[in-house]
Amino acid sequence: MISQLFVLSQRGDNIVFRDYRRDVHKASAETFFRKVKFWNDDGEEDAPPVFNVDGVNYFHVKVAGLLFVATNRVNVSPSLVLELLQRIARLIKDYLGVLNEDSLRKNFVLVYELLDEVIDFGYAQTTSTELLKSYIFNEPIMIDSAVMPPLGAASIFVKGNKRMPSTVITKSVVANEPGGRKREEIFVDVIEKISVTFNSSGYILTSEIDGTIQMKSYLTGNPEIRLALNEDLSIGRSDYASSTAVILDDCNFHESVHLDSFDTDRTLSLVPPEGEFPVMNYRMTQPFKPPFRINALLEETGPLKAEVIIKVCADFNPSINANTVLVQMPVPKFTNRVNFELDRESVGNTTDFKEANKRLEWSIKKVVGGAEHTLRAKLTFSQELLGNIMKEAGPVSMTFDIPMYHASRLQVKYLQIAKKSKAHNPYRWVRYVTQANSYVARL
Amino acid sequence: MAPPPAHPQRSPSPSQPSGKSEVTDLRSQLRQLAGSRAPGADDAKRDLFKKVISNMTIGIDVSSLFGEMVMCSATSDIVLKKMCYLYVGNYAKVNPDLALLTINFLQRDCKDDDPMIRGLALRSLCSLRVANLVEYLVGPLGSGLKDNNSYVRTVAVIGVVKLYHISASTCLDADFPATLKHLMLNDPDTQVVANCLSALQEIWTLESTSSEEAAKERETLVSKPVIYYLLNRIKEFSEWAQCLVLELVAKYIPSDNSEIFDIMNLLEDRLQHANGAVVLATSKVFLHLTLSMADVHQQVYERIKAPLLTQVSAGSPEQSYAVLSHLHLLVMRAPYIFSSDYKHFYCQYNEPSYVKKLKLEMLTAVANESNTYDIVTELCEYAANVDIPIARESIRAVGKIALQQYDVNAIVDRLLQFLEMEKDYVTCEALTNTKLESSSMQVLVKDLLRKYPQWSQDCIAVVGNISSKNVQEPKAKAALIWMLGEYSQDMPDAPYVLESLVENWDEEHSAEVRLHLLTAVMKCFFKRAPETQKALGAALAAGLADFHQDVHDRALFYYRLLQYKVSVAESVVNPPKQAVSVFADSQSSEIKDRIFDEFNSLSVIYQKPSYMFTDKEHRGTLEFSDELANLSINAEAGDSAVPAQRVEANDNDLLLSITEKEEGRDAASNGSAYSAPSYDGASATSAASQSLADLAFSSTSGSGQAPASSFAIDDLLGLDFSVGAAATPSPPPLSLNPKAVLDPGTFQQKWRQLPLSLSEDFSLSPQGVAALATSNALLRHMQSHSIHCIASGGQSPNFKFFFFAQKAESASIYLVELLINSSSAKSQIKIKADDQSTSQAFSTLFQSALSKFGTA
Repeated sequence: MISQLFVLSQRGDNIVFRDYRRDVHKASAETFFRKVKFWNDDGEEDAPPVFNVDGVNYFHVKVAGLLFVATNRVNVSPSLVLELLQRIARLIKDYLGVLNEDSLRKNFVLVYELLDEVIDFGYAQTTSTELLKSYIFNEPIMIDSAVMPPLGAASIFVKGNKRMPSTVITKSVVANEPGGRKREEIFVDVIEKISVTFNSSGYILTSEIDGTIQMKSYLTGNPEIRLALNEDLSIGRSDYASSTAVILDDCNFHESVHLDSFDTDRTLSLVPPEGEFPVMNYRMTQPFKPPFRINALLEETGPLKAEVIIKVCADFNPSINANTVLVQMPVPKFTNRVNFELDRESVGNTTDFKEANKRLEWSIKKVVGGAEHTLRAKLTFSQELLGNIMKEAGPVSMTFDIPMYHASRLQVKYLQIAKKSKAHNPYRWVRYVTQANSYVARL
Repeated sequence: MAPPPAHPQRSPSPSQPSGKSEVTDLRSQLRQLAGSRAPGADDAKRDLFKKVISNMTIGIDVSSLFGEMVMCSATSDIVLKKMCYLYVGNYAKVNPDLALLTINFLQRDCKDDDPMIRGLALRSLCSLRVANLVEYLVGPLGSGLKDNNSYVRTVAVIGVVKLYHISASTCLDADFPATLKHLMLNDPDTQVVANCLSALQEIWTLESTSSEEAAKERETLVSKPVIYYLLNRIKEFSEWAQCLVLELVAKYIPSDNSEIFDIMNLLEDRLQHANGAVVLATSKVFLHLTLSMADVHQQVYERIKAPLLTQVSAGSPEQSYAVLSHLHLLVMRAPYIFSSDYKHFYCQYNEPSYVKKLKLEMLTAVANESNTYDIVTELCEYAANVDIPIARESIRAVGKIALQQYDVNAIVDRLLQFLEMEKDYVTCEALTNTKLESSSMQVLVKDLLRKYPQWSQDCIAVVGNISSKNVQEPKAKAALIWMLGEYSQDMPDAPYVLESLVENWDEEHSAEVRLHLLTAVMKCFFKRAPETQKALGAALAAGLADFHQDVHDRALFYYRLLQYKVSVAESVVNPPKQAVSVFADSQSSEIKDRIFDEFNSLSVIYQKPSYMFTDKEHRGTLEFSDELANLSINAEAGDSAVPAQRVEANDNDLLLSITEKEEGRDAASNGSAYSAPSYDGASATSAASQSLADLAFSSTSGSGQAPASSFAIDDLLGLDFSVGAAATPSPPPLSLNPKAVLDPGTFQQKWRQLPLSLSEDFSLSPQGVAALATSNALLRHMQSHSIHCIASGGQSPNFKFFFFAQKAESASIYLVELLINSSSAKSQIKIKADDQSTSQAFSTLFQSALSKFGTA
């Protein structure tokens, strides 16, 4: 049961505020924002997604720089409220095409329409993009997506792959295309987030892949879809699986998915609801080849000097590029100056020393498969280090996106759409991307 | 400081017109458009309405436009209508007179041909929340519930709850709950069914505080037919409604094991749902159903582990936090089941600290012989973390693992490494930990001694710098000084280091450190008197002159002790130490069980049971007839009880009852960890007494005598019913004041002050035991005998009540503590009285009243 639901901008302004039960005071948004902003004195810790102030429970999720907040006074399932908030954010995105402060401000009446139908007197009703269509009458006002910074996981496709029409991610489920006709298309994205921890000698301590097969359908007439995955896919730890097989620890599926033939031929069949939704989430701890190898070296070169050498090797096919690669490393706190040295051929590299939080940042726009990049940094300290320098610095962490790469080797073998007629041939897009979740090398 | 509030009217900026003039502006424009039928008028209205609602959102009061808005609302444009409904819903409450204006068009819309308009209008009508308009609600609601369109019905069902909140009597008089119950069991649309369930739960929960009948109705929701009806359709429900149904199923008590397995098989695939809320709700069902089957219960842990881990890694950080908190609870309850999954609880560098903290606790809990090395290695990496609070927690975790005494040597090595790290917080934590270590390792004296040379060297190294800035944290310094005192016999420099510390007495700002210093010097003195004598004298002198009260007092105390007898002083200051095996858990097992009962709720996130963070009137349907189980001061007993007081009283009560509770549990558990007791609050006593309760309910209605069949059952269960229907003692001539008042604070004070005047054990009638299952029944019963309940608590089978009564026409108060064990039907009363001479008479009165409980 939810009492109020509101969306706040990053500055704490109310963009949408809906009071369902009127048992929480009106100034709750202000109370909430102050609490989140000043969670503890030094501001180092984030406020947890759920907390209680004076008997009022505040739930929030951050999506696209906006805070989606629910309040109530009773004991409910936190998971339910947070899932619901997340779902509402996704619904709004489905309807507005783009979710950000600007689009929300321009379309707040439509958002109120949605909120009225999604929740009644605090009880969740329907969150189906499709069902809600018949209750929503406002036309979304599209914002110029070209000037807006791209958001969310899907945005990487715009940067990464020229073949993709860039409008797709910002297309509303209700708005009509210029030209009056809607384009029939369906997107299947395999998004994998990888976490790897290397120890100081480059050996992998832990590794995990969290994957999602995400679907966004703009098909009319609700045709049935069959999605075939690798045949050698197995779920759960089995002892006799071959070394080449893809073994998932566990997975879960969207409601609409039928698993009748999944056990025999690894095929999912579903009638996709409109809008964006995860078809399947999976988790894998089976060892896999990490896309990057990181070598980091830290050496004291004098009483007030040290040198850092970071080498990054792209261990994947040269036809693939990694984008927006960022390497970071905390350095000892007495560091007051850093001189960087890069390879000659490194174009598009930038380096920075963040004095405030004593961190090196090295960003590489594009890393071609097979390439190797090295950074040398000379550190100067304001004071002599007393302890072990290795304990004062590191670890090296890395973030990146690699389009058309799937670390788990899980694949969509084919995507079949039940045809209504011969002329009916919707566009099908199957895309892969691997992102770093926590990619860390220790010193 | 605080962020600027989002209320432009408070801080009008030059660029933004102040709210007031804008509202006037809007009003004149609305007036112009009100009657206009010109083409394009609707578009203009839309823009205006948008402006009004935008102002409403940011907090500007636009209620003064009510009349104009209503005038403009005569339109067929549905977008306009919706905006108008939104506006009206927001302001009707502050404009009850004007709200009447809207009734007309809303009522008309409720009869529109378009079901959507009907639904919207009905929803708005019910959202007006104006008490004097309820008469207009009943008709449209009644027809809405019968509407042939499911959308209108879903709206109408929620409308009934809204009506209940405006005027409960109107809602009940129209017999809406009965209609909802019928709809719930017959409607083809699952959203209607789900809404009926929500509505009935809310209405009956609120009603049950005053009506026995509502409480019974609420119980029927968890009856077999309803549960099976809902379960059979579970896949048709929306995911949110599935959560609702699953939450209800978790309260259901199946009659036998095969039923349990049927339900679990049916719900098995819900664990593969992408929605974390569904997975958690299903987990709750599984966990609660299997409480009485220890081995299956353990299998459930294994079964839900993987889906929960998947939920943690999928989804947003917020969602995964909610799931991780539940996993944390499970890990804490059964660490051994998760000991091979420890790598899942490793922290990632970019995780928020609230996630890291949970993970550190989980790592600590799952540590065992085989994984301690890996875990401690990992934790040591975090100690170098730039995130200082987490680094601290990590070292603390290492210390806690060390206390579990796996692979101690390795851990001590690690802790000593921390001392070299020259980070203030690290040193502090490490020192505190080493202190814990050393006290814990008395058992392992050999190890300790072997470690000594190196250890003392390290300490001396740090002490050498103590006047410099290296150890500044008072806690670290205190720990260090503690060690100097404790192990002065093994550290050659100890007396001299202490002496130099004493010399700098005035520079030491922390009273805690000075206290430790006093004690350390004393300890050192008993071990190495000649070397320390001087320092001791100086320390005592400085202590006596200290402005801090505690320091002064302790110095004086030591001084007097020494004056009295040195050997006594030694036995006080330097007693033989006992090894610290495990530190006392911060939470009692009772609280932990309560939190587990409230699985899949905020209790798990906050790590406290719901009565600690919700007001009584807001305890929702989750707690479901939990009043008895919740230790709560009875509302009617003390109106003056402020919340803080209440909590305090609860805590005390809790403390009081823990020991008895533990005893009861041990007796009841008979080897299996999760046997019958503590199922789900009072509504669900153990299966046995529940079925007994059912029997008793059906058989005792009307007559005070239970039929023979129920006696047979009682007999089987070994209940002593001899007192039951037997002659009850006739009430003695002591009359009580039926309107006695006592506030909880006074009660507690009196309870502490008064001596125990009477304590008696007796048996309870089986009917009485059965009636206990109904929440508050006992309280109401006793109240009818002028004995008032001030606090109640406990969990089946052990219940505890505090009552008070006042002698008629006298200020003399009686206080009673009543303990009931429902499985043995034994009870005990302790009476304290202002007037001790009448306590026997009162006891008889009390027992006679109690013996009638359940038979009426």
